[in-house]
Amino acid sequence: MAVHAQPKLDARKLRGDFPILEQQIHGKPLAYLDSAVSAQKPRQVLDALRDFYETSYGNVHRGVYTLSERATEGYEGARQKIATFVNAPSPREIVFTRNATESINLVAYAWGLPTLGAGDLVVVTELEHHSNFVPWQYIAKRTGAGFRTIRLTDAGELDLDCLEEIATEGQVKVVAANYVSNALGTVNPVERLSAWAHEQGAIMVVDAAQAAPHRRVDVQALGCDFLAFSAHKMCGPTSVGALWGRHELLAKMEPFNLGGHMIRSVGLEDTTWGDVPAKFEAGTQPIAEAVGFGAAVDYLEEVGLEAIEQHEHELVAYALERMAEVPGITQYGPLPENRAGIVSFNLDGVHPHDVSQILDYEGVAIRAGHHCCQPLMKRLGVAATNRASFYLYTIPEEIDRLVDGLHKARKVFG
Amino acid sequence: MNEFDQMYREVILDHYRNPRGHGAMDDPDAEAEGMNPLCGDEVTIFVSLAEDGETIDDVKFSGRGCAISQAATSMLTEMVKGRSAIDVATLPKEELLEEIGIPLTPIRLKCALLGLGVLKVALHRAKGTPLPEEWAGLDDEFQVR
Ligand SMILES: Cc1ncc(COP(=O)(O)O)c(C=O)c1O
Repeated sequence: MAVHAQPKLDARKLRGDFPILEQQIHGKPLAYLDSAVSAQKPRQVLDALRDFYETSYGNVHRGVYTLSERATEGYEGARQKIATFVNAPSPREIVFTRNATESINLVAYAWGLPTLGAGDLVVVTELEHHSNFVPWQYIAKRTGAGFRTIRLTDAGELDLDCLEEIATEGQVKVVAANYVSNALGTVNPVERLSAWAHEQGAIMVVDAAQAAPHRRVDVQALGCDFLAFSAHKMCGPTSVGALWGRHELLAKMEPFNLGGHMIRSVGLEDTTWGDVPAKFEAGTQPIAEAVGFGAAVDYLEEVGLEAIEQHEHELVAYALERMAEVPGITQYGPLPENRAGIVSFNLDGVHPHDVSQILDYEGVAIRAGHHCCQPLMKRLGVAATNRASFYLYTIPEEIDRLVDGLHKARKVFG
Repeated sequence: MNEFDQMYREVILDHYRNPRGHGAMDDPDAEAEGMNPLCGDEVTIFVSLAEDGETIDDVKFSGRGCAISQAATSMLTEMVKGRSAIDVATLPKEELLEEIGIPLTPIRLKCALLGLGVLKVALHRAKGTPLPEEWAGLDDEFQVR
């Protein structure tokens, strides 16, 4: 694995790679503080997409002609890059999907549906995004398995003390947790959860949608069995994501979607499945998007995942400190030591919709809502929060403008 | 006026800070509760009718949410008092939007119309009439109870 020992990244310089950041919103420079929802795209990724379409586009795997070979090379080359990116033992263990949500559904349906039954337990956390909560809740209901959630401490971290009790309530078969919480930024102890899952004879499914863009993710070090992520949060295109899975599990699983390309042979009576990962890639894939995904991974490696993590760590510490100055603010989530570049907060007397509307007039884009985490909102006792999230192109001035905007919101509603 | 001053013009802020008709009602003639699932805004509306069973005598509401949803509902209570229930049940949304008088993006439009939607459901339920076509499905959307 190429390790770029870059101690610090130069966000100001990197911003030059992102054409979208050059614009003004309501006459103010855009401060995009919503990268946890989706990241902006650098020229390098946009160029790779255009270049692929202009020189190498064709459908993959099927054609004997040169263009199809080029396209296949691009597509499979991207798979190799992504495998290396998460330190997968083999590129065959990377399945292209539409997004992290589809990756998780693939596991829930193709592994969970035939495997789970009465007496089994599916364990998720109170901190999950709906995409790693709802599929498991649904599959548990359909199979008669129990459904348990690992609760949170008041600091917004997983309370692992409840594991022992959960283990007495049934046969734990799957543990599903996010690596980094999109709502609070909490970095979860995935290695410990993996070890616990395996002690129980369960598999560990990691939602890395918020981790893969921001820190080094190593599936072997995490010890998990499946890992899901989306390109669009990693400076890549929309409509493509990946599932990493242990080969022995993927090989035993039934297919998820059926149709072209995923077969070995089709007869009038019976069809046999192709090998992993083809078995899970039915129909025409997001080919150019996968190539763009590969370019995004190259870009992140070039900047350096360690440098990105460090940069965001500094930003989040700065943001928490500066925002604490704002009267009437309530911040949610753990200390900066254990959190990624995400801050979630409420302003007393000002609804999150109004906060983000007022900030929009200042050119500052943040998110207001439940962040697809209604169980967590219930735990926090709120209907919604404001959330600002940072990335490799975020600069401290943008946090200053956020804080100024919060003071303005206070004044308007004062 | 720039867009900001328009959206948070004083009358909106005033209705938000000092909502008219805020409170509950014992024994209302019509009542419904709804929310905007997008942002968790909640509004409960109570209506009492005059002796003729037709004229809206009083409207009260309780709830929590953004300035637009709460101010719009507050304005609504002032708008509909003294009018006939049928009138209000079929009131075009444009009339309320004109009163609110600010530019609204599609997302904020939902906030602005929450109170009116809940009021309409309450009145149609009390009268046993179906929601007008334009508002059909609204009770589901606002999860009206
Ligand atoms: C933690 C987490 N998991 C899963 C997802 C779903 O990602 P996608 O919508 O790309 O499938 C998100 C996106 O917001 C997320 O933040």
